[in-house]
Amino acid sequence: MLQSRTLLGSLALTLGLAAAPLHADTLRIAIMGEPASLDPHKISGTWENDVVGDLFEGLITEAADGERIPGVAESWEISEDGTVYTFHLRESARWSDGTPLTADDFVFALRRILNPATAADYAYLLYPIRHAEAVYSGEMAPESLGVEALDDQTLRITLERATPYFLDQLSHYTAYPVPRHVVEEHGDRWSRAGTLVSNGPFTLQRWQSQTRIEAVRNPHYHDAENVALDEVIYFPIEERNTALNRFRAGEIDVARDFPTQQYDWLQENLPEATHTAPYLGIYYYALNARDGHPTADPRVREALSLAVRREVITEQILGTGEQPAYHFVPPGANHHQSLASPLNGLDEEARLARAGELMREAGYGPDNPLSLKLRYNTSEDHRTVAIAIAAMWRPLGVEVELFNSEVAVHYADLRRGDFDVGRAGWIGDYNDPQNFLSLLESGVANNYGAYSQADFDALMAQAAETQDLTARAALMGEAEALALGDSAVLPIYYYVSRNLVNPALAGWENNLEDIHRSRWVSFEDGQ
Amino acid sequence: MLVYTLKRLCYAVPTLLIVITLAFFLMHLAPGGPFDGERSLPPEIEANLMAAYHLDQPVWKQYLIYLGNLLQGDFGPSFKYKDFSVTELIAQGFPVSLELGLWAIALALAIGLPLGVIAALKRNSGLDYLVMGTALAGVAVPNFVIAPLLALVFGVFLAWLPVGGWNDGHWRNMVLPIVALSIQQIAYIARLMRASMIEVLGSHHIRTARAKGLTETAVILRHALRPALLPVVSYLGPAIAGIITGSVVIEQIFGIPGIGRYFVQAALNRDYTLVMGTVVFYGALIVLLNLVVDLLYSALDPQIRHDD
Repeated sequence: MLQSRTLLGSLALTLGLAAAPLHADTLRIAIMGEPASLDPHKISGTWENDVVGDLFEGLITEAADGERIPGVAESWEISEDGTVYTFHLRESARWSDGTPLTADDFVFALRRILNPATAADYAYLLYPIRHAEAVYSGEMAPESLGVEALDDQTLRITLERATPYFLDQLSHYTAYPVPRHVVEEHGDRWSRAGTLVSNGPFTLQRWQSQTRIEAVRNPHYHDAENVALDEVIYFPIEERNTALNRFRAGEIDVARDFPTQQYDWLQENLPEATHTAPYLGIYYYALNARDGHPTADPRVREALSLAVRREVITEQILGTGEQPAYHFVPPGANHHQSLASPLNGLDEEARLARAGELMREAGYGPDNPLSLKLRYNTSEDHRTVAIAIAAMWRPLGVEVELFNSEVAVHYADLRRGDFDVGRAGWIGDYNDPQNFLSLLESGVANNYGAYSQADFDALMAQAAETQDLTARAALMGEAEALALGDSAVLPIYYYVSRNLVNPALAGWENNLEDIHRSRWVSFEDGQ
Repeated sequence: MLVYTLKRLCYAVPTLLIVITLAFFLMHLAPGGPFDGERSLPPEIEANLMAAYHLDQPVWKQYLIYLGNLLQGDFGPSFKYKDFSVTELIAQGFPVSLELGLWAIALALAIGLPLGVIAALKRNSGLDYLVMGTALAGVAVPNFVIAPLLALVFGVFLAWLPVGGWNDGHWRNMVLPIVALSIQQIAYIARLMRASMIEVLGSHHIRTARAKGLTETAVILRHALRPALLPVVSYLGPAIAGIITGSVVIEQIFGIPGIGRYFVQAALNRDYTLVMGTVVFYGALIVLLNLVVDLLYSALDPQIRHDD
């Protein structure tokens, strides 16, 4: 009874009864961390995207459902061979100070992010652009980058080679324009309240670090008349329980995550506000294929993978709608076609029998148990999963030693190869299977297990050269099946996005990339 | 007195230098670096970042560069919060932590001292057991339990006060964090005060005062209180330094923009400059407050004089 009363209370609050000092059309969002910066060239997190994506807009932008739609570019042409993109910018495009936004601002921005002096850690996303890698490595001058302004409204971007996901990438914050006139005047300090000028639906009003970022509607935005909100306030709240409490008290309208342990309570008490949806990300274990590790033997890797009962993990341990993963590329990825996975062809009993057989073939058994070093980064959820998986492996005669460390140390250890089994996760930078599968290419920094297979690399190289999307998807499907056949990694589950959303909000749609721009959101009863 | 103060301040320089040196090298010894995260960076990107922050230099050289900058009052840029320098982060966060901390200490003294005195006077009575039992609970229950509980009861269920946020220091936003911060302090101070009061009440000069026929109130206020305060004063030095530099738990739970979070986050992020900035700042505060405590001591206790 008490709970339903507090629910009513919180609804009353969100309807503005207690939030007197705020304007009625103010959206209050809990983002999951303090932004490192509001300069699109100096960030690499998802929480920063929530703010920066409302302040700025790329050539392409995202609709409420995550579909890519024209942003600053009104239209574009792509050359026959897929390497030259010509964009026609809106004539109405303006910066929030009223200055016209021109193709030159894009040229300036792309040269700036790839300039080694900017030290942008996410710049590699733009490597499909011609000479981008050479410019970033300091081998070529920024002026040689394949980007040019043909006139104020026409921008031409030349690529190294045809890249089917390139348009998608242009909606990412690494490809946002920055105001040349402001950056040149204020240097590195341009991205603070008072000087920051942006071109998106909202513009920065105030930034009190660690507490709140306030943005107001940008009157110069090309679609300003369709933006319902007057103001958006972002509260950086790392602590999920705090976000939940503030949501319940009606202090915020959207929380970009919630504590998984509260899922049952939320479903019971705030079912309309609780959103979970498939997310373009995978939770997996890297298996160390370097010489000298037992996991270098593909039979051991396969046995380990077969013995993991993923449904038990998703349903009994996590239970917030995660899906068991039998592939490496999450379902729903664009331009992808997963082939049947060798992992879920058999029923559970047959899988375990097969796993035992493989272990015996590899020379392990009750008299010669296999001892493995499993590393994970410190977190209650990772620990629970690791313990469960260690228990699932015990019947195979596998003894697992668990090691946990904080994030920075964990990933440094994975890169050094100091592990047999290592916890890892990947959230797609852009919606294309290449972004996931490239993690398994030889010599790639994020290929923690150092899986190296010439046929796999050849298929990926061939896919990169293939323009026909169906043929390309087939090649990558084949590459994925090959890696899964080798048990290159051990996929565990696909992530879900978790949000709490005030039911009075309209225009908020779940989507695979969990991107939500405030321009689409409004308060339903028009208040 | 002045000479003593100046001398103490001079001693502080080598102390701080040792703290800085130890912190600097320990930090660089810790495995993992500022750019080790969930995504490995391509080598050329990592090289650019290392160069941008002078991390490609040998550690001793980085140490000299750091000391040189520090002498000019420059704590350097934060690796993590790229739009702010370390000086700015501390300058923004410290006033908030200071304000909350001072209120919390004031509240703790206002409640803890009388409680301790009452418990001492009514020693071994029901009241004494009640006060000390409550104080023990206050010491034992960690603030990461108290704070969410306060938020849940007064913020969510009763909706009397905001659950979190700072709101430019509106008093409504300050109540819960101040209470949460002060509960443990109240408990410590009450226990300290009780113990010290009991000891003082048994001493010779109190017996003499009573023998002279002074009223009990006069004995306590004029003769017992001052010496009994000494242990509390010496506790207050480090306690104030601790509380005004913020609490990561309270800040995270109530969403307070103080500097407490930087102590923990900076270390986890290997944000070298921010780690050093907070260490230097905290070290200097401790040195300063200990000096203040020693000076207060001599004011409270005529037997202690710093003449030389």
